[in-house]
Amino acid sequence: MRTSAPVRPSGPAWLLIAAALVWIALVIGLPLAAVFGEAFRKGAGAYVAALADPDALSAIKLTLEVAAIAVPLNALFGLAAAWAVAKFEFRGKTLLVSIIDIPFSMSPVISGLVWVLLFGANGWFGATLDGLGIRVIFNFTGILLATVLVTLPFVARELIPLMQEQGTDEESAAITLGAGGLRTFLQVTLPNVAWALLYGVLLCNARAMGEFGAVSVVSGHIRGLTNTMPLHVEVLYNDYDFVGAFAVATLLAGLALVTLAAKSALEWRFAGELAHGRR
Amino acid sequence: MSLIVDGVAKRFARFPALNGVSLSAEPGEFLALLGPSGSGKTTLLRVLAGLETPDSGKVLFEGEDFLALSARERRIGMVFQHYALFRHMTVARNIAFGLRARPARQRPPHRQIEETVERLLALVQLEGLGGRYPAQLSGGQQQRVALARALAIEPRMLLLDEPFGALDAKVRKELRQWLRRVHDETGVTTLFVTHDQEEAIDLADRVAILRNGLIEQIGTPEALEAAPASAFVFDFLGDSNRLPCRLQGDLAIFDGFAAPAVRGRDAGAGATTAWFRPHETSLGLGGAGLAVTISDILTRGSMIRVECRGSGGVLFEADYPRDALPTGLAPAVEARLAPRRVFVFAGEAPEATAAQASSC
Repeated sequence: MRTSAPVRPSGPAWLLIAAALVWIALVIGLPLAAVFGEAFRKGAGAYVAALADPDALSAIKLTLEVAAIAVPLNALFGLAAAWAVAKFEFRGKTLLVSIIDIPFSMSPVISGLVWVLLFGANGWFGATLDGLGIRVIFNFTGILLATVLVTLPFVARELIPLMQEQGTDEESAAITLGAGGLRTFLQVTLPNVAWALLYGVLLCNARAMGEFGAVSVVSGHIRGLTNTMPLHVEVLYNDYDFVGAFAVATLLAGLALVTLAAKSALEWRFAGELAHGRR
Repeated sequence: MSLIVDGVAKRFARFPALNGVSLSAEPGEFLALLGPSGSGKTTLLRVLAGLETPDSGKVLFEGEDFLALSARERRIGMVFQHYALFRHMTVARNIAFGLRARPARQRPPHRQIEETVERLLALVQLEGLGGRYPAQLSGGQQQRVALARALAIEPRMLLLDEPFGALDAKVRKELRQWLRRVHDETGVTTLFVTHDQEEAIDLADRVAILRNGLIEQIGTPEALEAAPASAFVFDFLGDSNRLPCRLQGDLAIFDGFAAPAVRGRDAGAGATTAWFRPHETSLGLGGAGLAVTISDILTRGSMIRVECRGSGGVLFEADYPRDALPTGLAPAVEARLAPRRVFVFAGEAPEATAAQASSC
């Protein structure tokens, strides 16, 4: 690894740095300050009361439940997909990689709408499922499906390049030493990508909790039932309940800050792991 | 015979890697697979390890059909070019991996595994480094750990895929002698892939030379030196000069001079190309021989190499012991070059090789 000696910035460089700082303060610092300012405008009591509201609590609970299912599902899928793509040769591999990327390139609204088209009242399977008494749209299931679709690529995208770089030599060595598939996976493949996996899960979780567009299409915005935190913020805001809206928004902002801190910590750690891998 | 490979062929999507390779190895033999990249030597090794399945052919080991066994059942020690150590395990855990991976009933007790690890660490001269991680070791040390890990399972055969390819020249030379010693101590049948002819000749009991997925020739290093079967073998085994000649009996006739010729497989009479080594090449200021101009004189250890150019810029090389360089030879001096002995091979059109030589 090459490390260059620090260079003292010259006059024009100071100007650029100052401009960058002002810009960051303007587009990130100011909104963040506004969120917390508005939330506490009527004091801490109003803030706590807004969060203790049953509808707000239900939104928080729903968001946590959806993330608790969607994130492990996509972690599992991402790990399996990355393993298949990086360690094996098969037909249609490039196609699979492209498919994994689709949710990244598609508008989240579409990711929500496809479920309405499939399972909505007038959708392909809507009538059949309705007959069986199963409701997908305007329901927990729909929110979960939309979230899973939107957050699908995060873990896989994080793991594929790392696993490809690591190659298959270690797995080959493990097999010739007599290890079976499961032992090879658990003792050789998985520990080599553990940090990258955690990193992917973190990003996946942040998106799963923060997703608005796709969830908005399938949720129906039923207070206390199908409102996730981002949707609840919008509902409260439209009702001119600014303290309530910003109080819930502080939780989302707090989640972003925690994610950022954890991500930075992992990147710091993860860079070492990568350097390890390149030896 | 311990290992018998019979007509093994393997095609990848875009190119054939093995075109029907047959060879055999004696118990305890040290065999080198030598060839340029793309000759199929690594594929052959991976077929033997069970990491690739051949399209056709047979592999027998001690009378057992090896292709019916999976890679994990073959009990083969494999050493990879880039070590392939488990990076998150300590050296000791790496070495113990194969023993711990055994099914519970065949797994040695904890104490015995520890003893085996200690014994192997001593064998590879890394005592006291069992607690280190691979990244904390030098390349040469890592490759010794890889060898200890492969030996831990008491392999029936040891396969090494360019094991020293990623190391620098001095370490490579040390490890070479050391590997030969380990082989002689353990007595395990060893196959060794390399593209370095010096390494193959130094180490192996016999050398198999591969080209385009076929074995071009197999024999002891001495036999390959004395009677190369083809121009490819001759060229691959060392530096070579070439010159068009006419073959008359066992004599190669050049323009005004001649040299005794060793005939390769199926070499006919008439116009052909003579191949000769720099150490069997003489230079003089007068007399018979090809007119050349000396371009450079280089000292290489105990040898002196004289580089000279013939008409058209074709490069010739002549080696002399350090104290035996004929007087008067110096850069830009005109001299006469003549081989003391040449090799001729079948199917060699003189024009084609001369053109090739000048393009090098």
